[in-house]
Amino acid sequence: MLRSRIIPCLLVKDKGLVKTVKFKEGKYVGDPINAVKIFNEKEVDELIVLDIDATIESREPDYQMIEKLALECRMPFCYGGGITTKEQARKIIGLGVEKIALSASIVSNPNLITEISNEIGSQSVVAVLDVKKKVFSSKYEVWSHNATKNTGKCPIEFAQILESLGVGEIVINSISNDGLMKGYDLDIIGKVRDKISVPMTVLGGAGSKDDIKSLINKFGIIGAAAGSLFVFKGVYKAVLINYLSKSDKSSIHNV
Amino acid sequence: MITIIDYGLGNVLAFANMYKRMNIDFTIATTADDLIGAKRLILPGVGSFDHAMQRLNNSGMRSVLDKLVLIDKVPVIGICVGMQILAKSSDEGQESGLGWINGVVKKFDVSKFSQKTHLPHMGWNDIYPVRKHGLLKGLESNALFYFLHSYYFKCEDKKDVLATAVYGDDFGCIVVAGNIYGVQCHPEKSHSNGAQLLKNFSDL
Repeated sequence: MLRSRIIPCLLVKDKGLVKTVKFKEGKYVGDPINAVKIFNEKEVDELIVLDIDATIESREPDYQMIEKLALECRMPFCYGGGITTKEQARKIIGLGVEKIALSASIVSNPNLITEISNEIGSQSVVAVLDVKKKVFSSKYEVWSHNATKNTGKCPIEFAQILESLGVGEIVINSISNDGLMKGYDLDIIGKVRDKISVPMTVLGGAGSKDDIKSLINKFGIIGAAAGSLFVFKGVYKAVLINYLSKSDKSSIHNV
Repeated sequence: MITIIDYGLGNVLAFANMYKRMNIDFTIATTADDLIGAKRLILPGVGSFDHAMQRLNNSGMRSVLDKLVLIDKVPVIGICVGMQILAKSSDEGQESGLGWINGVVKKFDVSKFSQKTHLPHMGWNDIYPVRKHGLLKGLESNALFYFLHSYYFKCEDKKDVLATAVYGDDFGCIVVAGNIYGVQCHPEKSHSNGAQLLKNFSDL
């Protein structure tokens, strides 16, 4: 039986790892390589690393860092941050990365999805949509540049466009729930899920294994990504890289 | 000594890293000369079927590879698209495959499945050995492996299926014909189970 993927998501800023709340106040949580080593030991399902400086600084991905991470990763590795061309995507795949994540660059140029899919295969092309509810409305919008730019796009419609362009996976990342550890935004997840047939992963808000369990119970096979849950421990949020135990995972997957 | 074939496609470094960690000797081949004397071959592959065949055919390694595998009977293992190109052809493209294992590559027909199924088949799934084999030594039945694909290998001869997985339907995820092996999942990214399988291949 295919299992839902439970995925730590790490954010890189100034070469260190940070964890944000609502995309702000990045708290330093350690060294990326060290975190990957721990996640290897824990046998995590997959790993997402997002460089949250690259787009803001309008610079290329940090290939040296990516190569070092890929060398260490014994699990499928998805990298995102600053990718704007198919050449960059191909280069990153060549460093030993399984998937590349696109976000800001596909807002202005959605056809980049097709270009990159033709180059590296659609199974390796991930779109990350940072979403937030409009004020006094039930509608959501896609934001970019670490939630500082409102693209005005509807995530449900945009996800469908991206699927038609050949994206292999869509990550829905909730800006409002980020770092709060009070559960996923099931509302927007359901709305997008209904309209797409490529694999979907959700991020933003997971605070306990029960949050992950209820997500999977509701939606079946889905990618459950989390940041805070896997880098903090306890009510005072002490930094401690951690993951679910084998028995926790079995109970989540009902096996 | 393991020879990893680098024809510009697939995660060559991931295999190299796995063997490095296990202290098993390996080399990376980018030319026909590099292949000479190879004892175990790994044929990786990521991306589309046609792209993989074109890269391999234009790599300058094809004829030496044919000789090593078909005449000298050197064990070879194709991984992911590297497995799919062992077939005669694929739904995904027009190019002829290597045709080393009697079979064709089909797209999952998700419309036929009773439960809602998404493509690609992405994530950790159980593999079920059909019979005992050195390649599967030390792996428990329903060992978990990482999968990422939308097409699957359909053997003409069911005897060639070594292990199956279930995604909507049963499909052969590990196949073998003589010295030629194909693995749809990614042992290079499947933690200890993957390491075990790659070690087993080196011990065959």
